[in-house]
Amino acid sequence: MFKIVRREEMSQGNVVLNEIEAPKIAAKAKPGQFVILKANEEGERIPLTMADTDPAKGTITIIYMVVGKSTALFKSLKVGEGFQDVIGPLGKPTHVEKVGTVVCVGGGTGVAVLYPITRAMKKAGNRVVAIIGARNKDLLIMEDLMREASNELIVCTDDGSYGHHGFVTDKLKEVIEREKVDQAVCIGPVPMMKFCSKLTKEYNVPTLVSLNPIMVDGTGMCGGCRVTVGGKTKFGCVDGPEFDGHQVDYDELMMRLQAYCEDEKRCYEHYCTLHDAK
Amino acid sequence: MTETEKKKKADRTPMPEQAPEVRRRNFLEVPTGYTEEMAVTEAQRCLQCKNPGCVKGCPVNVDIPGFIKFIAERKFTEAIRHIWTTNSLPAVCGRVCPQENQCEGQCILGKKGLPVAIGNLERFAADWEREQGTGALPPKQSSTGKRVAVVGSGPSGLTVAGDLIVKGHDVTVYEAFHKAGGVLVYGIPEFRLPKAIVAQEVNFLERLGVKVECNAVVGRTVSLDELFEEGYDAIYVGVGAGLPRFMNIPGENLIGILSANEYLTRANLMKAYKFPEVDTPIPHGKNVVVLGAGNVAMDSARTAMRLGADSVRIVYRRSRTEMPARGAEIHHAEEEGIEFFLLTNPTRYIGNEKGRLIGMECLKMELGEPDASGRRRPVPVEGSEFQLECDLCIVAVGSGANPLLTSSTEDMKLNKWGYIIADEETGKTTKKGVWAGGDIVTGAATVILAMGAGRKAADSIHKYLTFGW
Repeated sequence: MFKIVRREEMSQGNVVLNEIEAPKIAAKAKPGQFVILKANEEGERIPLTMADTDPAKGTITIIYMVVGKSTALFKSLKVGEGFQDVIGPLGKPTHVEKVGTVVCVGGGTGVAVLYPITRAMKKAGNRVVAIIGARNKDLLIMEDLMREASNELIVCTDDGSYGHHGFVTDKLKEVIEREKVDQAVCIGPVPMMKFCSKLTKEYNVPTLVSLNPIMVDGTGMCGGCRVTVGGKTKFGCVDGPEFDGHQVDYDELMMRLQAYCEDEKRCYEHYCTLHDAK
Repeated sequence: MTETEKKKKADRTPMPEQAPEVRRRNFLEVPTGYTEEMAVTEAQRCLQCKNPGCVKGCPVNVDIPGFIKFIAERKFTEAIRHIWTTNSLPAVCGRVCPQENQCEGQCILGKKGLPVAIGNLERFAADWEREQGTGALPPKQSSTGKRVAVVGSGPSGLTVAGDLIVKGHDVTVYEAFHKAGGVLVYGIPEFRLPKAIVAQEVNFLERLGVKVECNAVVGRTVSLDELFEEGYDAIYVGVGAGLPRFMNIPGENLIGILSANEYLTRANLMKAYKFPEVDTPIPHGKNVVVLGAGNVAMDSARTAMRLGADSVRIVYRRSRTEMPARGAEIHHAEEEGIEFFLLTNPTRYIGNEKGRLIGMECLKMELGEPDASGRRRPVPVEGSEFQLECDLCIVAVGSGANPLLTSSTEDMKLNKWGYIIADEETGKTTKKGVWAGGDIVTGAATVILAMGAGRKAADSIHKYLTFGW
């Protein structure tokens, strides 16, 4: 078992942080890589990009939003309990180097994935402008950590309940027009990444996005995570999870993410009914 | 009538099995196994040839007449012990080996009638031991103090582990998935190879002292060089082929098109056929098309039927004689109502506005001149396009070499297709202290060939650990 040593709830319990004992993974993992977690014998294998690692302590941190049965099950695990299986580190690490000014844009729980990359980009000597957004103030996560990890932090909310009233793309545009940006890293919901990439393409700013397609094994064996990048089929698990944002076919990705939506709903309802009965 | 003539006359004892109309909708094992009486009767058909062809036909040279004689004499414990000296996975091999091309294909009785049911007898001996045996372990030599890492817990890895542990070496098996068994667990369906049997075979090795470490992706979690740094003296790489091939035709990323690897992994390893009692979903197609005609294609087609499909069609570009699947699998599939669209090749997938598969366009083929593989090359018939309605397509047209481990090991040479170059006789790779075998060397093949490669490599590893490289 992979024991949970720390657990926090954010966004009124919609978002959960688990720090998990996984010394081998913690020793190896680099920013941008993911793990696959499975709660119990009947559990599903869920890929999540790591939000942090602590090699000295031998722990990894994941942050996820509760969206269905599997994440609800993850949420039910207490400190001292744990995951039956954690596999990783998987995927290619983010290519981090000093390029000048990097804008790191995060939306929703994508901020969790963005955090270690932002920190690494700054550590590599880049000037880092971070832009994070959420639907409202309650859903905004990791503001303080992101402020610390960057040179400048801009906060946006869709409903204007905090920070800039509007989308992250508004602020991204402002920054690009204001100063020379050498690279963008955009991580969040697929539509957000799509529109960020569309914008950065207009300004010729190289852009990395991190994708989270449906997958089973995470080692290139099943091909369930097929994404079209630059007209070619790539496997999200081994060729990614990061890709050139200007080349990704986002519409296809959004479509493929819907493959099991009916099943997922049914499974979650089944779980909630059982849960309520208890 | 002489004793020999009587044997020739006797009919081969059929294996009882679930009726097709029942089994096509359940996941229970299809053949239900011989009773003791059936096994003894069948064993008595064996002529006990002085120069047995069956043994030569077996990639691991099991002494077939030897163990069959024990069964005929009702010495079932002796029978299984005898098999174990050359084959550590008899319950698996009895079920999934292509016996018709190997041992049974060489049986002298097969010249005029039906060969001895060697596979069924092997399965019987292994099942008898599991259900009624003493559970006593084979003898093991004292510890050599040498450590061996086996990467991959499929048939070749398990064979290496079994062979080396009894020779006194300390063996750890690394598996990337959360459960050991490799293709035996994720690939071959429950109705052909119950997972409890695989678990038992793995448990048998663990009882012998083999350590199994799951969730360890060698190439990511740990590299081969790091394994050497951890103190291993030798490493065997048996990671399987593990890279799904697709057709590369338009529309392949529509929802409802899965590699056989994905479909079978969901069904077998993740037990998705029990959804929502388990959490992993699997698409339930009404009209299913399976591309390819090997064992994996048959497994996929029969799984789809069991998941409630109205129609399941095998689409294959060559003709019946070229179908690579085991005879028994093709026969079972047909009995279960799987249709065969032979000499047919898909040209594109058709989707709806939600990106879901609704059909595919195919082309009729005819056989032309033999190609490099010696099989007659299928050539398209002009203007023969037609459409097949389908909402689920399983692509089972073979696998390539998964680069995850090999690309992170720079000093191990690969061939132009990405498979590991290993000596045919010993399994030695170009990297010192590393052996390889099974599908990552040969490309996708059979369980028993992988086991044969494992056996040779284990012998070579033992020599190395005793005498040096």
